[in-house]
Amino acid sequence: MWSRQRGGLKPLRCGVEQLRCRRREREAALRKARREQQLVSKRLLRDEALEEAEEGCVAMIFGEAEIQQFLRLAQRGTEEKEREGALVSLRRGLQCPETQQTFIRLEGSIRTLVGLLTSNQALLQLEAARCLHELSHSEQSAVVEACLPATSYLLTYLSGHSSDFIELCLYTLGNLIVESEAVRRQLLPQGIVPALAACIQSPHLTVLEALGYALSQLLQAKEAPEKIIPSVLGSTLPQHMLQLLQPGPKLNLGVAVEFAWCLHYIICSQVNNALLITQGALSTLGLLLLDLAGAVQRTEDAGLELLACPVLRCLSNLLTEAAAEAVGGQLQLRDERVVAALFILLQFLLQKQPSLLPEGLWLLNNLTANSPSFCTSLLSLDLIEPLLHLLSVSNVVLTVLCNVAEKGPAYCQRLWPGPLLSSLLDTLAFSDTEVVGQSLELLQLLFLYQPGAAQAFLQQSGLQALQRHEEVAQLQDRVHALQQTALHG
Amino acid sequence: MQLPPALHARLAGAPGSAEPLPVERDPAAGTTPFSFAPRLVRFPREHDFFEDGDVQRHLYLQDVLTQVGGAPERPRRPSARVPEFTCQVAGCCQVFDALEDYEHHYHALHRNVCSFCKRAFPSGHLLDTHILEWHDSLFQILAERQDMYQCLVEGCTEKFRTSRDRKEHLVMRHLYPADFRFDKPRRSRGPAVPGAAEQVLAEALGDDRAPSEGDAMEVCSEHVEPSPEPAGERRAYSHRIPSTICFGQGASRGFKSAKKRNKHQ
Repeated sequence: MWSRQRGGLKPLRCGVEQLRCRRREREAALRKARREQQLVSKRLLRDEALEEAEEGCVAMIFGEAEIQQFLRLAQRGTEEKEREGALVSLRRGLQCPETQQTFIRLEGSIRTLVGLLTSNQALLQLEAARCLHELSHSEQSAVVEACLPATSYLLTYLSGHSSDFIELCLYTLGNLIVESEAVRRQLLPQGIVPALAACIQSPHLTVLEALGYALSQLLQAKEAPEKIIPSVLGSTLPQHMLQLLQPGPKLNLGVAVEFAWCLHYIICSQVNNALLITQGALSTLGLLLLDLAGAVQRTEDAGLELLACPVLRCLSNLLTEAAAEAVGGQLQLRDERVVAALFILLQFLLQKQPSLLPEGLWLLNNLTANSPSFCTSLLSLDLIEPLLHLLSVSNVVLTVLCNVAEKGPAYCQRLWPGPLLSSLLDTLAFSDTEVVGQSLELLQLLFLYQPGAAQAFLQQSGLQALQRHEEVAQLQDRVHALQQTALHG
Repeated sequence: MQLPPALHARLAGAPGSAEPLPVERDPAAGTTPFSFAPRLVRFPREHDFFEDGDVQRHLYLQDVLTQVGGAPERPRRPSARVPEFTCQVAGCCQVFDALEDYEHHYHALHRNVCSFCKRAFPSGHLLDTHILEWHDSLFQILAERQDMYQCLVEGCTEKFRTSRDRKEHLVMRHLYPADFRFDKPRRSRGPAVPGAAEQVLAEALGDDRAPSEGDAMEVCSEHVEPSPEPAGERRAYSHRIPSTICFGQGASRGFKSAKKRNKHQ
């Protein structure tokens, strides 16, 4: 049973149009960042309920003197409440970039903060951790890197038991991780991978989601394939990750999303996918796909596409591994429900997130390429017509049809008659050489294996459709060959 | 896109599939000028193909101002304070008016407490190491002959002859700070019997150099010269704490404190 996605966004005061505009801007910025291989995002954990309780959550700009006073009070105040209050004020100030700058430049400030983080006053620890968290979220490297002296403690606390505190440490670490390779060069020898491996056994969902986030940041690093993924694969993390992705009543969407992305980063780095396969990754992901398809039918929940994307990618990439062949015999990966699930997801994506359709079709290609079983499923489940519906989305539809057709007459017979011919005539009208080329390949297979196909093609003015491309360099040889076959058999 | 109505039922049905149709290829298929052959496709990390999905992922990361309280297992209502209550652990007099605050307090200060010296540790791992190195006389004996001081980093199996060696390893190999709080050697305050169960209540309660704030979590018990600690360390915690204030270290109070203590010179 899928639990609902967490809380939701804080209601913003601006209008819907402004929201859309902001989102478009952000999206453009992210695309640019990705192209420059600088795709970095941090997460900010703010307890909104807590902020509501503290009336007025306006971040204040504090000067040196004020910061010093807060720190002094926090360290040496006689009243607990006073000490806590001082740190709370400091924390609110640190929501502000100017205060952050002032803070890190103040001598001894970080040292004091770390001292409070490791004090034996639990609530001071918590507030100190919140201060660090604010700093970790900064866009200024200098501010973020000022947190480095705290990392050994943040890692030590991951073995504790206080779920709030651990969650906070994890999000802070996650933010630090993406900051720079220099930060990671400190965190790795400090034992971040074993610390995460120990922490992943926590029963708390919030901790797990935070851990998944931190780990995904680590795995996304540029140097991850050489420097990080091998040690992750050598730890117990993969087994636990797969366990957390098992469908069932305990599956939590937020947690699953994070770990699915972790798996994706590992798998697409192609370090040792065979190991993951022996640990049952294909099986787990296959079952998860089925579960996802069930979920999209049942619920209007936002966010299922966030999980669908990495699952599709992981499956597609894993199927290319030689080890997958060996396992394929066993199980889910012959199960025609996988194909059914994929189409249900494709329909869902068509409505929710059409930009992800090519990824779904990629999986369909990898499923059908070398599998008579899945090609048969496609036919027996009557999915050719829905598939044709997606022709305008991607050429991969044609590739998949070729995957089916090339298996011989028994397959082509089931592709014929039906809407296939008219769809092909449509695609022949495209000017895109890629598309037309694929259509020609499919036609050759149909002419070869399906008696009557050529005839029908001629009757539907196929020759005219072909003529259009007679002069195109990449196409002409194939066009002529088809013309010959059509006319002379 | 219309899906066949039977599809949803099929998904809910039993695993399995129809017998695959026979494969029968003609050698002419895919020959020049044609070239089709089915191919498995893989995409590496940075491929442009992943751009859309990656961008969506990051929008998700950036979009959500996470509500700590939204998680299903922990409904939060911090504005609903509860009547003040005291920590129930013997000797701890910390007062709370919110349950969430109590959780962290309990785990930080009462969960991994050494039953010998009442010091609290952030994790079971550090507690175990402390008990071994500080309260286990067998350890002291063995340590004379072999490397017994285990590295504190989880996953590192190195052992060392002395705690100083271990500290050096922590600093050089694991980039730990030289003043890592959970690896401070205990300052010897006079003749002390190694391994004896020390009553550190005096230290905790009234001593000027009270460990109740700074030294609450040492692990190793080797007696070394008090290492010159940077002044900053001590400055913060050198003020005298009135004995009426209990920072909830788990130190016993009441009848227990009437027992005889080893007063250190």
